[in-house]
Amino acid sequence: MNFKLILNIAFHLLQARLKQTIVAAVGVTFSIAMFIALVSFMNGLNDLLDGLMLNRTPHVLLYNEIKPSENQPIFLSKEFKNKTNFIRSIKPKDIGKSIYNSKTIIAVLKKDTRVIDVAPKVTSPVFFNSGTIEISGVINGIDVLSEEKLFKISDYIVDGNVTDLLQNNSIIIGKGLSDKMLLSKGDIIKITTSKGNLASLKIVGISEIGIAEIDNVMSYTSLATAQKIVGESTNYITDIQINLYDRTSAPAVAKEFRNTFNLDTIDYQTANSQFETGSTVRSIISYAVGVVLLIVAGFGIYNILNMMIYEKMDSIAILKATGFSGNDVQWIFISLSIIIGLAGGLFGLLFGYIFSSIIDIIPFETASLPTVKTYPINYNPLYYGIGITFALFTTTIAGLFPALKASKIDPVEIIRGK
Amino acid sequence: MENNVILETKGLSKYFYDPVKFQVLKEIEMRINYGEFVSIVGKSGCGKSTLLYLLSTMDTAYDGQIYIHNQLVTGKTDRELALIRNEKIGFVFQFHYLLAEYNVLKNVMLPGMKLGKYSDQELENRAMKHLKTLDMEDQALKMPNQLSGGQKQRVAIARALINDPLIIMGDEPTGNLDKKNSDLVFDIFNRLTQEENQTLLVVTHDTDFANRTTRIITMEDGKIIS
Ligand SMILES: Nc1ncnc2c1ncn2[C@@H]1O[C@H](COP(=O)(O)OP(=O)(O)OP(=O)(O)O)[C@@H](O)[C@H]1O
Ligand SMILES: [Mg+2]
Repeated sequence: MNFKLILNIAFHLLQARLKQTIVAAVGVTFSIAMFIALVSFMNGLNDLLDGLMLNRTPHVLLYNEIKPSENQPIFLSKEFKNKTNFIRSIKPKDIGKSIYNSKTIIAVLKKDTRVIDVAPKVTSPVFFNSGTIEISGVINGIDVLSEEKLFKISDYIVDGNVTDLLQNNSIIIGKGLSDKMLLSKGDIIKITTSKGNLASLKIVGISEIGIAEIDNVMSYTSLATAQKIVGESTNYITDIQINLYDRTSAPAVAKEFRNTFNLDTIDYQTANSQFETGSTVRSIISYAVGVVLLIVAGFGIYNILNMMIYEKMDSIAILKATGFSGNDVQWIFISLSIIIGLAGGLFGLLFGYIFSSIIDIIPFETASLPTVKTYPINYNPLYYGIGITFALFTTTIAGLFPALKASKIDPVEIIRGK
Repeated sequence: MENNVILETKGLSKYFYDPVKFQVLKEIEMRINYGEFVSIVGKSGCGKSTLLYLLSTMDTAYDGQIYIHNQLVTGKTDRELALIRNEKIGFVFQFHYLLAEYNVLKNVMLPGMKLGKYSDQELENRAMKHLKTLDMEDQALKMPNQLSGGQKQRVAIARALINDPLIIMGDEPTGNLDKKNSDLVFDIFNRLTQEENQTLLVVTHDTDFANRTTRIITMEDGKIIS
């Protein structure tokens, strides 16, 4: 088959019906542009919310939960072994929040190929003192470098630098805390632990996540400083945070680590199930709207090709009489719709990008999201790939039926009809 | 097998079923030899056009056999038939049927481009040569709607010639033209037979035209009577 000739004929047919062709292509352009803008915006929104909450949550968290011990003394007694035992008023046993043998566990985890990195943490409730006021809060002793690698905490530092935490006796406090206590970068803050230990730390930064409950209580310091404040050795770790290469495997991995290390674990999915659902729903909506728009555009193309076939009956008859087979004619009309789909689709990508860029500069300021200044957009090239594939797919399908019809036109009927 | 037989039919019958079953062509036996200029005449409705559509391979719903150049074409696929039409048959209809999207030159070249035997440059030269013999070379770059009826018909003849067909078929090619233009078309056909030994089969109502051809086939009621 001579595709050059077939394309040539298709182009000439298009030129003769330029206006309708443009209308058909604009339909595709519009739907692809809307699809791109919508998907980019929705995913931008998803990323924003993910970043707000999900990205701050480790995929798997290892810790010690305060709970009653599972083996009560009575279970050990041979005498009551086969009896049903009722025990009342069980009190949880304080085995301490410290993770036993934490150094070894971290070393083992770091060697695990599924693990991106491990970030150990010490959390402790504290009181912040400034003058006469005393505010309860939490201090997080973090391994600055791995914490930054896993959770990008520098994104939330509005004043100061996260690496300054590497200096001894430095602290970054939440915006809510700094506002309440009238403290700013460079000031000294006094801290009392629940056990009565006292410490004075220098504020090297202010963090703001955008969630008031967190910003009002949270503070960060280095692992060593935190251990010193709570008066524990350098082995003292209360949480081990792990991020995995494959986020979806977190529940399985969490279960495995629970058994291996005999610790409590919680996985990302369990901790954030409500956020995940929201993200999925938003994705589904944007794809559904895109597909609906494209189907509408597909009907437009179908109509125009059908009309073109009625108008070009004579031309089709003469092409067939002079030696073009039904197959050739079919390809002429399929190429027509592919040309419309490709041209419309490419312009759609362009306009989709332009629309996204416009949304990207529209101001969007809300008290709960202080780090966000404009509407979020995700410029993932994948959406553009999906867009053009959708466009070509629907236009080809829309062109297929008219093309089949054209290939079946009986030239004798047309010629006799004159 | 005589090698100079271009077209032959054996027991060719055709029925129409709508609105009632009706036999248009009845056991047609005919043979056209190389270099003949044959005209088909007969009363309106006797089945001349129908016969021509069968011979042209465009209509495949018939009984009997058709041979082109001693090769059976009955039962071939759409694609094979398209190739036969492209390569071996040239058409001239009562209406010109030029493609409105292409200029005269491209219209003439199109069946040649489909065949792909010659390069575009060569095809253009050949098309110009045919247009020249038809006295149309100065119209080559016009669009079909800028031509008169007679001029369009000459373009259609040039298009029919582009692939050096075994046979040119015409269904009342002069039916739409005045006396002067019909004569012109006849002269062209005549010259083709005499100078190029081109085989021609032309349906016509014009007795003058028919009388000047080398053989007249007369049809009546779906049968050849002479
Ligand atoms: N599609 C069709 N369905 C039913 N009958 C048809 C059809 N086409 C043609 N006929 C009939 O077949 C007969 C032959 O038609 P045809 O067109 O071959 O005649 P013709 O000899 O070419 O006439 P004319 O000289 O007027 O062109 C006519 O009686 C016509 O009514
Ligand atoms: Mg007729």
